[in-house]
Amino acid sequence: MAAIDLHRPDLSAFLRRDDKGGPSLALLVKGARCGGCIAKIERSIGALSDVASARMNLTSGKLTVAFKGEADPTRVLSTVEALGYTATPYDVGAAAAAHQREGRRLSLALGVAGFGVMNAMMFSVPVWAGLSGQELGPATRNLMLWFSAIVATPCALFAGMPFFESAWRSLRVGKANMDVPISIGVILTLAISFVETALKGRDAYFDAAVSLVFLLLIGRWLDHQLRARARSAAEDLLAMQAPAATLLQGGAERRVPLDQVAVGDRLIVRPGERIPVDGVVRAGASELDNSLLTGETAPVAIAPGAACRAGALNLGGVLELEAVAVSEDSAVAAIARLVEAGAQSKSRYVRLADKAASLYVPVVHAASALTFAFGVLAGLGPREAILRAVAVLIITCPCALGLAVPAVQIAASARLFRRGVLVKSGAALERLAEVDHVVFDKTGVLTEGRPRLLGAPAAVVAAAAPLARASAHPLARALAAEAGPGPLADAVVEHAGQGVEGVIDGRRARLGRAAFVGVPGADVSETELWFGFDGEAKIRLRFSDALRSDASEAVAALKARGLSVEVLSGDVRGPVERAAAGAGIEAWRAGLSPADKAAAIDALRAQGRHPLMVGDGLNDAPALAKAHAAMAPGTALDASQNAADLVFSGERLQSVVEAIDIARAARRRALENLGFSAVYNVVAGGAAMAGLCNPLVAAIAMSGSSLIVTLNALRMRRSAA
Amino acid sequence: MSIVLFLAPFSVALGALGLAAFWWTLNNAQYEDPRGDAERILSDDPVSDRPFEDAPAQPQSPEA
Repeated sequence: MAAIDLHRPDLSAFLRRDDKGGPSLALLVKGARCGGCIAKIERSIGALSDVASARMNLTSGKLTVAFKGEADPTRVLSTVEALGYTATPYDVGAAAAAHQREGRRLSLALGVAGFGVMNAMMFSVPVWAGLSGQELGPATRNLMLWFSAIVATPCALFAGMPFFESAWRSLRVGKANMDVPISIGVILTLAISFVETALKGRDAYFDAAVSLVFLLLIGRWLDHQLRARARSAAEDLLAMQAPAATLLQGGAERRVPLDQVAVGDRLIVRPGERIPVDGVVRAGASELDNSLLTGETAPVAIAPGAACRAGALNLGGVLELEAVAVSEDSAVAAIARLVEAGAQSKSRYVRLADKAASLYVPVVHAASALTFAFGVLAGLGPREAILRAVAVLIITCPCALGLAVPAVQIAASARLFRRGVLVKSGAALERLAEVDHVVFDKTGVLTEGRPRLLGAPAAVVAAAAPLARASAHPLARALAAEAGPGPLADAVVEHAGQGVEGVIDGRRARLGRAAFVGVPGADVSETELWFGFDGEAKIRLRFSDALRSDASEAVAALKARGLSVEVLSGDVRGPVERAAAGAGIEAWRAGLSPADKAAAIDALRAQGRHPLMVGDGLNDAPALAKAHAAMAPGTALDASQNAADLVFSGERLQSVVEAIDIARAARRRALENLGFSAVYNVVAGGAAMAGLCNPLVAAIAMSGSSLIVTLNALRMRRSAA
Repeated sequence: MSIVLFLAPFSVALGALGLAAFWWTLNNAQYEDPRGDAERILSDDPVSDRPFEDAPAQPQSPEA
């Protein structure tokens, strides 16, 4: 038995030391949208006696609180919730901080390159004017080139560092990535330009070198922005799955990190918390929600002696567990290993831009070498031959190639984001476009994942609501949601695994299982509640997990696009069959374990299919990780959202269809862009080989091709799929 | 012609000034919360308007 509103999790495990050494807490606040919210939250939290300062970031939805003296994070959380927002503690990982530093560095490099381009161009314009025979003496032209060299060289070298470092890293392991030809191109161009300027020649490409870096950095920066959004999604997930357990030692409770729990330890699990490690119940009785582990919708009653698995949600009373496995051996950890294996196979996916690069590099370098060889053979002299070879390298610059795909993907993900779909990486969009088979989980994907009251008289709902509001049980919550806000019953006592008892308007009433309420001999069903006042007739309330309202439309739309659809569920046969039939899906399988689901995905891939997995539970996580592409609803468990490539929020399953449409449109745009880049490179490269290239032509061709590719990508923002 | 020797470095210096300003904004959390900053400027309340790192201890507000 436990009082209901004292189920506050212990947050001390989320306290961090800030820069000044004081304790601080980061919370993810949902629902804050305007300036008024900032003022309200910051003022209320700042007024707490132990809070030194509070800062709400509206863009990321993060609230950072610095404490003075004894910190009470739980009070901060309840204050935010009392204001009407939901808040979850949030762990600032080291990876996220490194990613942010990388972003700042790219921004600075972009700024420096932009400065370099603009100022080098200032000196380039007189030189270009001189090319067509206006009045510009050789001495003045040479002065302009020196100015250009002084500005452009340090800028190109500084802003090019991200490329040089990446090229060096890849060369050291004996590989050549796209950054190798970029680095060679930039350094060679600068070196040749210095020699030309010193020899008082005309073909110096300082401005081209720095604009090459600038345009490439734009592509790199866009790609980084795309990943930054993915990162914040993963951060959101850490949420309530507290990486801590409550250890019972000599009668005292202590919060410890999960990895300190040993086999045989006694643990306390309060209602609303997840089971931290696999264990056996020693004291207390409750019901467990295994839906995220197995996909079963019905809660399972447990009593002393029963085994429970890590990740299950405790719905009823306080449980005392004996740990039978350490964290790494828990059922959840086994799933995590499957997920990891899937993620590794996904990282071997070769992206479109990399495929293009692997063609580009040998062709361009061979063309450049041939230009030099033929130039020497044709009697041009080594200097002119080298200049032509370098001109080929510069003018076939991979700018358009570097922008072609990221520009499209950022436009596509912005469009999806407006529709409530979060794209975690550019590669995810590319994989989603190739999907030819869609696998749905049932609970929480095809269905809403929570019970809903089946038609009951409003008077009954209103009468039972005061008791339902006081309970954390999912069926009672569904009843309370149906009734809306209102009063609470008095003297509420929750009997774990049985029901709640309390006083409504002076009359004693019970809500719960049939036997508990006083209906002897009724069938024990997991999807119904009984309600009645003491000594009066008892009323049965029935619940069911409803299909999402647009499930059948979404399935029909997927079939219309030539995709085959299938349901893989861990739930028992009956509900799966009903849900599949309701959504119009013929192929379904029930009673699958997480490993079975992953194996089913593997089998599909072995047939050469490209399956899209849509799932929300922990039991779906391995399948999500192994599928060619994966989507999870925003209500899914952290691990599943992490394993998925895209996360969609809202109630609509149509988001899956929209995401596929936009991913396919993005792929078409990206291919158009790559095709254009190829044509451009053939034409411009051919001209350079023939010696028709000069610094003005190089500057126009490079920025012109990048501009066209970007504009084509921007069409993605509006065009119908 | 010698005016070029003065004007050219001068204009580069002006550009460098802009670059330095950008560098400053980058290191002073100017891009951390664009939406929040847009709202804060409209607020009359003395909400802390500096980045969290160097915000002063909040004075107790009267209604608390």
